[in-house]
Amino acid sequence: MTRRYSAFSLFREGLRGHTGWQPAWRSPDPKPAYDAVIIGGGGHGLATAYYLAKNHGMRNVAVIEKGWLGGGNTGRNTTTIRSNYFYPESVALYDFALKLYEGLGRELNYNIMFSQRGVVTVAHSEAEMEIAARIVNAMQINGTDAELLGPDAVFDKAPLLNRGPKARYPVFGGVWQGRAGGARHDAVAWGYARAADGFGVDIIQNCEVTGFIVENGRCAGVETSRGSIRAGAVGLAVAGHSGVLAEKAGFALPIQSYSLQAMVSEPVKPCLDTVVLYLGTGTYLFQSDKGEIVVGGGLDRVPSYAQRGNPPMQRTVLSGMLEMFPSFGQLKMLRQWAGNVDVVPDSSPIIGPSPLPGLFLNCGWGTGGFKSITAGGWLMAHLIATGSHHEISRPFDLDRFATGRLVDEAAGSGIAH
Amino acid sequence: MQRFPCPFCGPRDETEFHFAAEAGKTRPEPAGEGGAERWAEYLHLKKNPKGPTREIWVHTTCGEFFLMERDTLTHQVAGSSALGVQS
Repeated sequence: MTRRYSAFSLFREGLRGHTGWQPAWRSPDPKPAYDAVIIGGGGHGLATAYYLAKNHGMRNVAVIEKGWLGGGNTGRNTTTIRSNYFYPESVALYDFALKLYEGLGRELNYNIMFSQRGVVTVAHSEAEMEIAARIVNAMQINGTDAELLGPDAVFDKAPLLNRGPKARYPVFGGVWQGRAGGARHDAVAWGYARAADGFGVDIIQNCEVTGFIVENGRCAGVETSRGSIRAGAVGLAVAGHSGVLAEKAGFALPIQSYSLQAMVSEPVKPCLDTVVLYLGTGTYLFQSDKGEIVVGGGLDRVPSYAQRGNPPMQRTVLSGMLEMFPSFGQLKMLRQWAGNVDVVPDSSPIIGPSPLPGLFLNCGWGTGGFKSITAGGWLMAHLIATGSHHEISRPFDLDRFATGRLVDEAAGSGIAH
Repeated sequence: MQRFPCPFCGPRDETEFHFAAEAGKTRPEPAGEGGAERWAEYLHLKKNPKGPTREIWVHTTCGEFFLMERDTLTHQVAGSSALGVQS
């Protein structure tokens, strides 16, 4: 029986015909009551359960998932991890997430294939270079790594970029964050699930939450397709469907759901070893470990729960790719998909108590939920276990929409949200 | 490419349209009353339904705002009408 993953255990199991591997997590029936129930078995929900057990000793916890683990946005993103934001509150949040990712594979004993290959955000004019310098300064002051690159340095990072004299968006330079990169999306969800299960957390798939048990004005559990489950506290981590669950709980959120699409090409030999984003096209690309070119861009501009992308944005994203890398015109695209994302007016997440006492929110991550899985889980676990904010999550409370203290990254970081 | 029906121009490509807001919200009047919570609700909170919805859109080509009834899951459009007219 093999529980711990290592090169040695792989070798030993190879000699035994791989008969000793165990399921990575159990599939228990739901118990009638838990200390905490987390709705949503994506990265954020599973990470929350893991940190509840590890950081706060809460092991009588269940994660309830409507479909299968990581089948929502955790399985539909482009896996980029970065913390190149503008405001101190945001850098504190996303850099915390990045730091947790840096040690995550070893901590979970699961290869999340974390690869810090860097992100370059390319600017196309003297004016944009001034903005780029401002962002670099802000990032450095906020304590994360950032470097202002000239055009030669950008071409060094990505030699296939368009250098033509007729380029619509010439390369003047860019913002470089070397610690940024990516990880294997399924592995992050599965690694957290396996580690949480190891602490005794129940992971319950194919179980849809149909309502909330409210007693004396307080959330006392959830109604599900597999019966009632009582809970001391309930956490909501259902990106893309936050509004649907909020309506069941009797309140509205400052969230509009949109589709965000991405696509990959056929696999090709290594030709791009960093993540490249153009300010001009809003398209970003990198090459996956399998060799596929992964392409993403902005949101479809039609509010949607359809989990499929519309053709106009697909065309915009791909035409951006052709402007950036003319040689990629030879590529054949293999797959295209979309996820529902929670879009918030200030493009910053919502972490904190909900209007229903006993129910806590982790939502509103917009287009950047994957990179924040580690921090989102850590901060929500803190919130559920202690009943109060961690200092990093305080600025992202729902109350900012009434106080007006928004963290407006849509304007701040110059990133397509 | 989906086509949306502008009540003034007829069916046009979706790229000519811009989503403005959910329909049916009323601005707090007089503005000084109601407080920050009421304004936050008006400005930011959304029903964001999964399924049939009523929304205000603008056809950027003709510049007119109008009401559109559509489904956020299937993207099917049930109809559109000029503002202030029952559809």
